[in-house]
Amino acid sequence: MLYDSLIDKFKDDFIEKDRWKWVLEGLRNTLLISMAAVLIGIVIGILIATVRTTYDKNGPSIRMKSPVAFFFLRVGNFLAHLYLTVIRGTPVVVQLLIMYFLVFASASDGVMVAIFAFGINSGAYVAEIFRSGIMSVDEGQFEAGRAMGLSYLQTMIYIIIPQCFKTVLPTLCNEFIVLLKETSIAGYVGIMDLTKAGDLIRGRTFDAFLPLIVVALLYLIMVVVLTKLVGRLERRLRKNERGA
Amino acid sequence: MNEARDSVFVVKDLQKTYNGGKIVALDHVDLTIDKGEVVVIIGPSGSGKSTLLRSLNLMEFPTGGQIFFDGEQVLDRHVDVNRYRQKVGMVFQHFNLFNQLTVLKNMTLAPQKVLKKSKEEAEARAMQLLERVGLADRAGAYPAQLSGGQKQRVAIVRALCMDPEVMLFDEPTSALDPEMVGEVLDVMKELAGTGMTMVVVTHEMGFAREVGDRVVFMADGQILEQGTPREVFEHPKNERLSQFLAKIL
Repeated sequence: MLYDSLIDKFKDDFIEKDRWKWVLEGLRNTLLISMAAVLIGIVIGILIATVRTTYDKNGPSIRMKSPVAFFFLRVGNFLAHLYLTVIRGTPVVVQLLIMYFLVFASASDGVMVAIFAFGINSGAYVAEIFRSGIMSVDEGQFEAGRAMGLSYLQTMIYIIIPQCFKTVLPTLCNEFIVLLKETSIAGYVGIMDLTKAGDLIRGRTFDAFLPLIVVALLYLIMVVVLTKLVGRLERRLRKNERGA
Repeated sequence: MNEARDSVFVVKDLQKTYNGGKIVALDHVDLTIDKGEVVVIIGPSGSGKSTLLRSLNLMEFPTGGQIFFDGEQVLDRHVDVNRYRQKVGMVFQHFNLFNQLTVLKNMTLAPQKVLKKSKEEAEARAMQLLERVGLADRAGAYPAQLSGGQKQRVAIVRALCMDPEVMLFDEPTSALDPEMVGEVLDVMKELAGTGMTMVVVTHEMGFAREVGDRVVFMADGQILEQGTPREVFEHPKNERLSQFLAKIL
């Protein structure tokens, strides 16, 4: 009996009028927003973390060598601070609404707006993750790079960032999981993400159970797969740390 | 400004202070290092010998004085620091091999990125140098898989990959287990034999005696005495030097 009624409800929720297509579109948008936002977040994060650590670690010596470069570094550091304070100090829903209704008020593509909103939001958290990673790399690695004639930037790119990436990977993975689930608020500005799709189906069929459970399961599967993939990457990166 | 032709480094009145002059690491140091010379700097810890060495390739930026390299002032703001450092190789106490790269990649990174050598060219040179120190079979290993002595030998040839004119050694054997000191000193001896100009901060008095052309004794940020190993070790004139030698020999 229960089984039969579940089958009926499933048909009504997902097969009838091709409603599964909503779920598929929602899934697509959720993945698209998360992945693009993660990439933006990493780029912003590395940039901000680099500015902040450069200022903290090398500020005095740069000041001695070039007052002009130090001035720009100081301005950059101030802007980084401002960005971190504002982004971490306000809820991501409010940021999304501001992006949608104020900053990109004329934009027609809600997904693009969401990508920027979540990317900029994530960047603040990723920046602090990378900052702790950069600080954890032994100073000697940096000195060795510079002593061989590599520029500051080259040393960062080829030596420091790859090593810090390995250290921060678990924390970074955590941030991606949070981000993936945070995108569920995209429905606030009318974007058809996974959560919104489930919600729409509930509105049509008046069945709350199956749509919500299916949506929850899909999030769970995405997070589990992501965790597995990162775990594999982590093991591969750790290989070179093992002794002979 | 032209200094004597065969001087690689001419250091004049070099000063380095921290905390706005409260801590003095280098106190008006003058030093000349000639081409092909092996200069060993000794002294108690905190004497400024590492600071002096690290000033030579601008890892520390002095607060006063002048450094000439091949007759050119290097403490000028307009000097391209990265270009200058290519000519001055450095070996560190803690090796500082790049952990995430293989031995070969450690050696080819800077030649490729800085000297713009091709991969093949850089690798050929690296293998040739690894051969010289008996580590060609470890080219594919990661630093974590090497012993301390092997790490330091790699660090030395990594610096040599840039074909520097001078090599600086900052206590290259201080972090090694005693049985590994010899293999590193042997590489340094061989290098000295090829006529490389070397400045070595070390506590290895045997090395200083055997390989050093000149020994420089530092204390309290000043050079208190310098001369041939024989002069310094057997006929020390300075009181502090006598005390120092009595303690360590």
